[in-house]
Amino acid sequence: MSLVISHLARRFGATPVLRGIELEVRQGELIALLGPSGSGKTTLLRIIAGLDWPDAGGLSFDGTDWLAKSAAERRIGFVFQHYALFPHMTVRDNIAFGLTVLPRATRPGQAQIAATVDRLLRFLQIDGLADRYPAELSGGQRQRVALGRAMAIEPRVLLLDEPFGALDAQVRRDLRRWLRGVHDSTGTTTIFVTHDQEEAFELADRVVVMNGGVVEQIGHPDEIYDHPATPFVARFLGLTVELPIAMRAGRAEASGLDLSALPRRAIPDGPATLFLRPADIQPVPDPAAPFRVTEIASTGALLRIVAESDTGCRIEAEVSRREGRDLRVGHAVGLRPAAGQIFPGGATPLARPASAPKALKEARP
Amino acid sequence: MTPVTPPAALAPRQDRKAQWLLIGLAVALTLFIVVVPLLYILWRALSEGLAVFAQNILAPDTLHAIWLTSAVAIVTLPVNLCVGIAAAWLIARFTFPGRKALLTIIELPFSISPIIAGVCYLLLYGRQGLLGPALAAADIKILFALPGIVLVTLFVTGPFVAREVLPLMQAQGSEQEQAALTLGASGWQIFRRVTLPNIRWALLYGAVLATARAVGEFGAVSVVSGAIRGQTMTLPLQIELLFNDLNVVGAFAAASTLTLIALVVLVLKTLIEARTR
Repeated sequence: MSLVISHLARRFGATPVLRGIELEVRQGELIALLGPSGSGKTTLLRIIAGLDWPDAGGLSFDGTDWLAKSAAERRIGFVFQHYALFPHMTVRDNIAFGLTVLPRATRPGQAQIAATVDRLLRFLQIDGLADRYPAELSGGQRQRVALGRAMAIEPRVLLLDEPFGALDAQVRRDLRRWLRGVHDSTGTTTIFVTHDQEEAFELADRVVVMNGGVVEQIGHPDEIYDHPATPFVARFLGLTVELPIAMRAGRAEASGLDLSALPRRAIPDGPATLFLRPADIQPVPDPAAPFRVTEIASTGALLRIVAESDTGCRIEAEVSRREGRDLRVGHAVGLRPAAGQIFPGGATPLARPASAPKALKEARP
Repeated sequence: MTPVTPPAALAPRQDRKAQWLLIGLAVALTLFIVVVPLLYILWRALSEGLAVFAQNILAPDTLHAIWLTSAVAIVTLPVNLCVGIAAAWLIARFTFPGRKALLTIIELPFSISPIIAGVCYLLLYGRQGLLGPALAAADIKILFALPGIVLVTLFVTGPFVAREVLPLMQAQGSEQEQAALTLGASGWQIFRRVTLPNIRWALLYGAVLATARAVGEFGAVSVVSGAIRGQTMTLPLQIELLFNDLNVVGAFAAASTLTLIALVVLVLKTLIEARTR
């Protein structure tokens, strides 16, 4: 156990940004704070860093109260989204900065600082760039320098704000693997902020999903992907199809839906909502079923199929072209979900298929 | 990318005539408004030979005026730098009630005529002024002496440094300073090693502008200096005095000195601008 966050709250003026965050980060873990913009993840990171202060709650590291310490005293490494490198210093001087500002008594000698920087440059695979200025580097190279500068002070915790946000797709993927490698060989406790779920899931040991200033779910990437804990997490992870169903004896029932593939759930009888990924839905031709195909579009490998029910429910499914070859617009279809998540209660999500699409449907020939 | 301009031969003839007319007009205006007067100062100053020129420059009163103007510039510069950086830093890095008001106050001297500043100081520190009797009782002489001239010059040159540094600090944001903070730097280390190098050219540019203004200020200084010959005459005041005394060569010699200072400052400013780009 190393970093403990309890009841943390922060508001900017009248807007609550964090509303009672609870989180424990273990020594050596790689944690992703995942959420849409405005979810409070960056504010949480800045509070851990000592760049912002909460209105209420606690933050401690190995039993010491970090809220009583300044950013400098906490000895954290912070990597900014836009790197914040010092433009008037060479790469070498940027990385050495944290060592050269140490009080004279604890400051290593010139030669020792140079050796540390050389070791970091080699470790981060940027040893050819030592004498360049930040303006002469690519985005990916700047990111490595920023990480090197943060690592030079041997931080207790490494904090990264949207570390790959400003980079293009290929560099992102490369740097992601590289960062995982860096973490595995140093073992530094690391927390990074991202809004990209693929990034969070590929990189992190545990993912913290945040929304509206609260933690929606904490868990291993697979666990979150397979069992989203709340409707928000389900929607955020791409379970975008929401269907009204009824629960009876742990089984989900709905007309036109073949729900036999879903396991029994300990949810009380009554109305509930089924969340599905479009790719997990197989439309099956069935003259008696209440869904009718209204659109078929090809994306190349996949067919995107839109179906609507008499009650105004609109769903989207993705099937391979071979599977969908017999489907035509106007066909009545039943839906067979391969996997899905059920949450009790149905009132709010049901309101989503608004009356506008229904009116459009009626106008269609 | 190639610039999309039509070949000159395709342009209508009248347009090319109009072009030359406008260019000629601009050149003529520049010559007669800026270049000729400056050259004329030098020419008149040297018209009776170098010896007379030197004799006029080295006249005790003129020499004293040069010294006084230099002293004012040397005293006001560090004050301007410190206050300008502090104000820009405060406005760029913090939000507090009255921030907009502070910004307006800093810019106020730009929109107030210098002579009004001079009159205000006269009313405040003068013998019949608000603080006059108290100052007289304590035997502190502000008006008609160096302190008054320095104070009013500070008022007039106050905005320059902050106005140059502030937009740059706002554009750069505070992330670099925060990065330095997380790396363990103290406040002074952050300022000296991160903030200052980032604003150094804007700071120098502001300092050059403020100094040019401090050296050339006439209106405000003429009110508070009292124009005591050989004592409180700055160079611009001395030039006017010599001119009114019909000492044309003397006036032009002093003026050429002031022009020379201004030209040096101008060259510095151009070099700095080239460096910033």
